Amino acid sequence: MSEIVLDVRNLEAGYEPGVPIVRGASITVSKGEIVVVLGPNGAGKSSFIKAIAGLVPITGGTVFLDGKDITAAPAHTMVRLGLAFVPQTENIFPLMSVEDNLKVACGILERGEIPARIDEMYAAFPDLIRQRRTAAGNLSGGQRQMLAVARALIVHPKVLVLDEPSAGLSPKFVSMVFEMLAGIRKSGVTILLVEQNAKAALAIGDRAYVLVEGKDRHEGIASELWNDPVVAELYLGQRPLKAEKAPHAGEGGAA
Amino acid sequence: MSLQFIVDGLLTGSMIGLGAIGVTLTYSILRFSNFAHGDFMAWGTYATLAVVSAIGATFGKVAPIGPLSFGWPLIVALIVGMAFTALLALLLDKVLFARLRSQGQAIIVVMASFGASMALRSLLEFTFTSRPTYFSRAIQIAMPVGFGIRITPDQIALLLLTAVLVLGVHLLMTRTQTGRAMQALSQNAALARIVGIDVASVVRVTWIIGGALACVAGVMIGILVQIRPFMGFDMLLPMFAAAILGGIGSIPGAVLGGLIIGLAEAGAVQLIGAEWRAAVSFIILMAVLFVRPIGLFGVRER
Repeated sequence: MSEIVLDVRNLEAGYEPGVPIVRGASITVSKGEIVVVLGPNGAGKSSFIKAIAGLVPITGGTVFLDGKDITAAPAHTMVRLGLAFVPQTENIFPLMSVEDNLKVACGILERGEIPARIDEMYAAFPDLIRQRRTAAGNLSGGQRQMLAVARALIVHPKVLVLDEPSAGLSPKFVSMVFEMLAGIRKSGVTILLVEQNAKAALAIGDRAYVLVEGKDRHEGIASELWNDPVVAELYLGQRPLKAEKAPHAGEGGAA
Repeated sequence: MSLQFIVDGLLTGSMIGLGAIGVTLTYSILRFSNFAHGDFMAWGTYATLAVVSAIGATFGKVAPIGPLSFGWPLIVALIVGMAFTALLALLLDKVLFARLRSQGQAIIVVMASFGASMALRSLLEFTFTSRPTYFSRAIQIAMPVGFGIRITPDQIALLLLTAVLVLGVHLLMTRTQTGRAMQALSQNAALARIVGIDVASVVRVTWIIGGALACVAGVMIGILVQIRPFMGFDMLLPMFAAAILGGIGSIPGAVLGGLIIGLAEAGAVQLIGAEWRAAVSFIILMAVLFVRPIGLFGVRER
């Protein structure tokens, strides 16, 4: 676990100029790791991860993927560069069939490779094959999440980036989704995820960062962070940070 | 009543339907009502007419194909006209719509399309005068096909052309990567970018399809009725009614909507009188909006 796949340095990003939501956050993700980004509501987690994926304008800092500077790359070129993003909500095309949802993401694959790749996804996510002709909008919450992840994995990404994969799911599906991610990591895929559900995320993660007010404030081994008093303080704000400001508007609006 | 209205209705419906495909695609993918779409039809038709005339001036009189009223020059000219109309649509998007779209207010784009519509129409009147003109002044004999229905060879050829084009576009939309990208973009633009779809190139394809089909619809009107600068503008209401009746974004819906409106218009002319023809689209449009705003094949937004 030495080769760094994703290297984010002093990232600043926000929807409006002069109003940064992400304020100098730095993280690294090494090959084969699961890295979790935690943080209280409004910490800018979602904006942070969206900025990496090219969806929130970056105003400062750099993002390297496999040593290549992708800071200015437009969102639609990210899959080609090797970064596949799974948004928190609305992460499937509801009126298209499950199969078409997978096919539409295959734009960068060789034409001949596509059927085999789709079969591989069905093998990895057997729930989907039974629903291949179903409109994706009719899937259950857990199955939607599976489809969204399968669609991201289909292009052999160097890093899979997920924005709160457990959001809005019932507890049964939450554990299913995290089991799925642990399984994906075993197959060699590098994962970066942002999570509100710290306990479940730390259980499958290797390392974790705590993001507060748009900046990475703490870093550690995932299994140790759950009992780390600093994390509790950062989360609950017992030890005042710079100022007890209201959370920035970006997080809720961006979600 | 005479069953002749079926043939008349299917023909009118084909013209409306081909135009409505462009309207429904623009609306679902670019999220605005393009009121200049009718003028694409008229421009395409005049472009085709100009090419036909140019070929006529170069090669002299060309014999028509079999029983049809036109020969190969019209077919060649139609293909040139389709390309021209597609380019016109792309150009208008580049100089006008794309800039306004990036500002994010749909209503401004709609208003701009109104302005573009007027400008395009006036340019046609200025260049070609508002006097009607024709591809051919030959009179075709309609053949009886039973049940009191008569149909001309031109009409049969155009119905077949419509069927081929509609099937082609439907297959493009459902079976190709480009079509899936168009569907994806219409359902969720942000997610489309995330899965690697280049929005700008999908937008270009949308204009090319819409423009080319508008030209075909215009030429059909030119062959069966007449060519006027207002020919496309007059089709706006039926085209929008067809797109909404079929369900915005649905290609089969737009065509079926067009056929229903065409048949209803033709039926109304027979039953009530020709002066009510224009009211039919309006009544159907209002009825759909009141009873089933999502249209026949529409799906509620999430």
